[in-house]
Amino acid sequence: MNVPNERKLTIARSMAEAVAQEMRIDPSVFVMGEDIGALGGVYGNTRGLLEEFGSERIRDTPISETAFIGAAVGAAQDGMRPVVELMFVDFFGVCFDAIYNLMAKNIYFSGGTFKVPMVLMTSTGGGYSDAGQHSQCLYGTFAHLPGMKVVCPSNAYDAKGLMTAAMRDDSPVVYMYHKSLQGMGWLATEPGATVNTPEESYTVEIGKAKVARAGSDVTIVSLGMGVHHALKAAEQLEADGVSAEVVDLVSLVPLDRDTIRASVAKTGRLIVVDEDYMSYGVSGEIIASVTEHDISVLKAAPKRVAYPDVPIPYARVMEQFCLPNPDKIVAAFQGMKAA
Amino acid sequence: MAPTQQEQHWMYRNMVTSRKFEETIAGVYFEGKTPVFSMADGPIPGEMHLSDGQEPVAVGVCAHLNADDVVTATHRPHHQAIAKGVDLNKMAAEIFGKTTGLSGGRGGHMHLFDPDVNFACSGIIAQGMGPAVGAALSRKMQNKPGVGVAFVGEGAVNQGGWHEAMNLAATWTLPFVCVIEDNAWGISVSKEDSTAIANNADRAAAYGIPGVRVADNDPYAIYEAAGEAIARARAGEGPSLIEVETYRLAGHFMGDAEGYRPEGEKDALFEKDPIPKMRAKMLADGVATEAELDAIEAESAARVEAAITFARESADPAPEDALTSVFA
Repeated sequence: MNVPNERKLTIARSMAEAVAQEMRIDPSVFVMGEDIGALGGVYGNTRGLLEEFGSERIRDTPISETAFIGAAVGAAQDGMRPVVELMFVDFFGVCFDAIYNLMAKNIYFSGGTFKVPMVLMTSTGGGYSDAGQHSQCLYGTFAHLPGMKVVCPSNAYDAKGLMTAAMRDDSPVVYMYHKSLQGMGWLATEPGATVNTPEESYTVEIGKAKVARAGSDVTIVSLGMGVHHALKAAEQLEADGVSAEVVDLVSLVPLDRDTIRASVAKTGRLIVVDEDYMSYGVSGEIIASVTEHDISVLKAAPKRVAYPDVPIPYARVMEQFCLPNPDKIVAAFQGMKAA
Repeated sequence: MAPTQQEQHWMYRNMVTSRKFEETIAGVYFEGKTPVFSMADGPIPGEMHLSDGQEPVAVGVCAHLNADDVVTATHRPHHQAIAKGVDLNKMAAEIFGKTTGLSGGRGGHMHLFDPDVNFACSGIIAQGMGPAVGAALSRKMQNKPGVGVAFVGEGAVNQGGWHEAMNLAATWTLPFVCVIEDNAWGISVSKEDSTAIANNADRAAAYGIPGVRVADNDPYAIYEAAGEAIARARAGEGPSLIEVETYRLAGHFMGDAEGYRPEGEKDALFEKDPIPKMRAKMLADGVATEAELDAIEAESAARVEAAITFARESADPAPEDALTSVFA
């Protein structure tokens, strides 16, 4: 008898499971980063790996992001498939040269004669009063610079499949996981992120968006945590008789513009939800992808619900004031209709 | 440890090839840039950092390496690339920005990549440290032979990333060697004005590894120091640090008026040009005849000429090829 798989995993566990399964079949895969060994990753995504694979392949590093990310590039070019952790994306400031000038450019500068098969996984997002050096998303910063694929799962199913796809990719993949989706005991987790996840290894295509909820009156595009805000907003809108479609970007690079455009062509309205800073970022890019393609599909000016252009504050009321939430999305739709 | 006669011939050949290459590039570089100099004009546009005078470092180290070993080099990479065995035709074509270049014109002179001999370089100071350490890690993890060697300038030692990488290599006992080419100048700022200690090899103590300084740009002493360091790496005993006192006979880049140099410094350096010095030593030691060295020089010149001709005659890339090779 075929029993449907109803095993639910957190994103943290699904990431670790994907890495473990790949490490069992591919000796070139290894993990390095800060506190990824005995601790199992600050965000749980390498838990259990040290016990199974040992400290040679699950390698705690000194607090030297420039060195170990640069070393990952060298190891990747030499035939290994490193999975490297930048504990908080905010820490990119100490090592961005190794990321955008090295990891992201060597395939191009070598005319494709070098491969850089590595995964740079990094935590994003706030909402828990950790202030502006531990709460940013920086999606647009990474997605803006060519040469890196960028993925951002909103649930454990995608998290596992994206990780497997990323480890098998011959190009560098930045894997951005949101702390509030991760499933850590010490930090509240959005329940919708913990979903049925098959035990066997599988891939989720990098560069393909998903329609998380079908609708006909407005398209809400988001990624990561924002997808859950969008789904909740869609439920509120449904109570008002509005049918909202939610597009989960899944990947920022490559960006699946076709899925976004097809959805907006159907609904005629677009709201982009992004926990990254408003200006010069993902939200503007999504809107431009629609408007420069065919502005005539729009029945109203697009709206964005994004983080205001300020450093992320500590005080709970101040941070919550700035963050996207379902009510802001509903309000954006109402403003759109009123206009 | 002294180089064999055959190794000395190889070293001399590669030093001469590198110098002829730089001299030829220098001539071509000014084509289209007179009477008004614009870096953007001519068959070789962009910045050009020549390695005249620094050849002993490249040959003294690479004499111990084979194609399988991994080298990362700097923004001044030609001598290192030649000594590592990078295809000279493809390298010249890359510098000319041609479709036959190592990367089809996407990289240029500061971004030379040759997978056949495991060579890469970078225009960012100290950036080659991480990849060479990572290659060393890869070999150790796979239990495969091979060492990672990072060539850097003396200015790179003041970068944080340099220290991070040294610590990582030493902590993990990796088969890695860092070779500092101390040409005394970081563009216009002297080592003395930028560096707290005179001898960067002393910094090896901070990582508990051997550190050696080689004086006076001596290819034989470099050969010996590199031989010990590379043998140590191959034996699994961990990384080493070598600093070589070398001479930058060219400007930082083509077009550099070098007004920051003290009066007479440059003339004194030319007096110590390592190529005539090595030629004289080989003759005095009886390891080569005039005829043999003349032949090496003629063959090197012909090889360079052929490479430059290949580059000139190669086609420009299709402009739209700029949009390819972003991902593997």
